[in-house]
Amino acid sequence: MSIDATPANAHPSLHTRSANAAKRKRKDRMMTGLLIFCVTLVLIPIALILYQVVQRGIGAMSWEFLSKVQPFAQRREGGGYLNGLFGTLYLLVIAVTVAVPLGIATATFIVEYKDSKLSPVIRFFTDVMSGVPSIFIGLYIYALLVQGRIGFSIGFSTLAGGLALSLLMLPIVARASEEVLRLVPDDLRNAAFGLGARRWQVVTKTVLPAASSGLITGSMLAVGRAAGETAPLLLTALGAFVVTPALVNAPQSALPLLIYNEARGPFDAAHARAWAGALELMLLVLILTIVARAVNRNHDMEQ
Amino acid sequence: MTATDTTEGVAGRPSLAGTKSSADKWFRWLLTIAGTSVLVILATMMMFTVFDAWPVFRHEGWSFVFSSTWDPGVSRTEITGQYGALAFIVGTLLTSAIALVVAVPLSIGTALYLTHAAPRAIKNPLTYAVELLAAVPSVVYGLWGLLFFVPVVLRPIMDFVAGTLGSFIPFLGPPVVTYNYFAAGIVLAIMVLPIITAVTREVMSKTPASEIAAAYALGATRWEMMRFVVLHRARPGIIGATMLGLGRALGETIAVAMLVGGSKLIGHSIFLGGQSMAGIIAVTFQEAAPENVKALIGVGVVLFVITIIVNVAARGIVLLTGGHVTGDAAL
Repeated sequence: MSIDATPANAHPSLHTRSANAAKRKRKDRMMTGLLIFCVTLVLIPIALILYQVVQRGIGAMSWEFLSKVQPFAQRREGGGYLNGLFGTLYLLVIAVTVAVPLGIATATFIVEYKDSKLSPVIRFFTDVMSGVPSIFIGLYIYALLVQGRIGFSIGFSTLAGGLALSLLMLPIVARASEEVLRLVPDDLRNAAFGLGARRWQVVTKTVLPAASSGLITGSMLAVGRAAGETAPLLLTALGAFVVTPALVNAPQSALPLLIYNEARGPFDAAHARAWAGALELMLLVLILTIVARAVNRNHDMEQ
Repeated sequence: MTATDTTEGVAGRPSLAGTKSSADKWFRWLLTIAGTSVLVILATMMMFTVFDAWPVFRHEGWSFVFSSTWDPGVSRTEITGQYGALAFIVGTLLTSAIALVVAVPLSIGTALYLTHAAPRAIKNPLTYAVELLAAVPSVVYGLWGLLFFVPVVLRPIMDFVAGTLGSFIPFLGPPVVTYNYFAAGIVLAIMVLPIITAVTREVMSKTPASEIAAAYALGATRWEMMRFVVLHRARPGIIGATMLGLGRALGETIAVAMLVGGSKLIGHSIFLGGQSMAGIIAVTFQEAAPENVKALIGVGVVLFVITIIVNVAARGIVLLTGGHVTGDAAL
C-alpha cells in the first residue's frame, strides 16, 4: 500500500488526544463489555440445559431404564423407555432408507445437471421444503397415508412415522449434499470425461465417491435432527406401550413421544423417566453428531 | 468433434459421435424423477391438506382466521362446531415476536463478538457451544422449560416485571400464570438463537478486510469500526437471518405447546396463557373427532402458508445480499 502526500503532522489531533478521544475510548470499552454480556447471556441456557439433563438424567438412568418398557400407569416408579428407543431407531432406519438416496439424488441432479431448466426450480423448492413446519408434514402424512386418502391406509404405524421423518430429512440431506457436491473440483469431472467415461459413470464412479464423506456427514446431521422430532410423530406413529416390530397398522413409540407424554403429567416418577429419556435422546444425537464430524475430519486429513 | 476416424481406427466400431448412451438417458431420468419428487411432495402437501380442510373453510369462511371462538363438534360426517383460529394465530405470532425481540439483539451481539472481538483461543469453542444449542431436541427444551427453567428461573422475573412495569404498561400487567406467552417466547428465543447467530456470523465474516483496515486507518475505535463497517454491511443479512429465525419460531411445535399454557382464549397480557397454531394441533389431535381433525388440518394450512411466505422472503433477502445460508444450525 502506498500512502501519498499528506504528512502525518498535517493533522495535529492525531498526536494530541482530545477530550473526545477519551469519550470514544470509553464507549468502545463499554460496547465490548456489552458484547461479552450478550455472549454470557447466551452461554447461560447452554450450561443450564446441559447440566440439568445430565444431572437429573443420570440420577434416573439405570440398566432397568434401558432394558424395560414403561409402566402403564405414569405414577408407578421403575420401568424404562426400551419401547421408545426401539421405536426411534426403527423409525430412523425407515427415514434414512427413503431420505438419504432421494436427497443425494436430488442434490446430484441440481449440481450435475445445472444445464437443465428444472435444476434451479428444484433447488428453490428444496429450500422452501426445509421451511415447512414439522407438524404440517405430520398432517400431510396423516391425510395421505394414515387416513387413506389415496385408496389404501397404513394406519398409525412405524411406516407412517418413518415417512414423516424422511420428508423432514429430505431437504436437509439434499441441501447438505448439494454443498458438498459443489466442492468437488471440475478437474476431477473433466479428467473422468477425458478418459472416455459416460456422464453416469463420471457421477457414480468419480464425483459421488469423492464427496462420500461429506455426504455421510450431511446425512448424519439430518438423522440427528429427525431423531429429536416429536410433532410429526404425534400424528403418524401415535405412540405405544410395548416394543412394536410391526411395520404397518400398529402404532409405534419413540423417545421424544414418551418424554413429551410423561413430562406433561404431574407424577414425579414419570418426570424422572422423562429426564433419563432426555439424556438418552441427547446422547443418541450427540453420538450421531460426533460420528458425522469424525467422518468429515478423517476425510479432510486424508486429503 | 472429429471422432469418426479415431474411434473407427481404434475399436473398429462405427462413430460414437451423435449416438447417445441409453444408460446416460436412464440415469438422467432417474435423477430427474428424484429431483421432481420434491415438487410433487410440496404440491400434494398443499392439495391433500386443503382438500381435507375444505369443508371447514367453506363452513367458516373468513371467520376461520378472524374469529376466536374455537368450539369443536364431535360429528363424524358434518361440521357442527365453531372453528375460529384467531386465538392460535395470535399465540403463534406473539410467542414468535417475543422470541425475536429477545433473540435478535443477543444473536447480533454474539455474532459480532465471535467474528470481530473474540480472542482466537475461545472463538472456536464458543462457536461450537452456540451450535450445540441447535442440536438439543425441541422436546428436551420443553421438558427443561416445563420442569425447571420457567417455574424456577423465569417465574420470579415475570412476577417482578408484572409488579413494577406492569402497573403502567399495558400487556405486561398481573396476574401472572406460570406457563404463558412470555415463557414460551423466551424458550423459543433460546431455540432460534443458533440459526440467527449462524447466518449473521456468516454475513459478518464476509466484511472485506480492506474496509476494516480503512476504518482503523481513519482512527476508528473497534466499536466504531463494528458500528460503521461490519453492522452497516451486515444489515440486510441480519434481516434475512431474523426472518429465517421467524420461520423456525412460527413452525416450532412441541416446546411451545408445553410452555404456552394451553388456553383457548386470547390473553390480554403476555403473562397469561394461550395456545399456538402448531400447539393446538399437537395437543388436541389425538382426541379429536373427524370434523375437528379437519379443522386442525385447516389450522395447519394457514400455518404452512404463513411460514412459506416468511421463509421464501428470508432466503430471498439473504441471497440478494450475497450471503449464503450455511452451517449445521442453518440447515
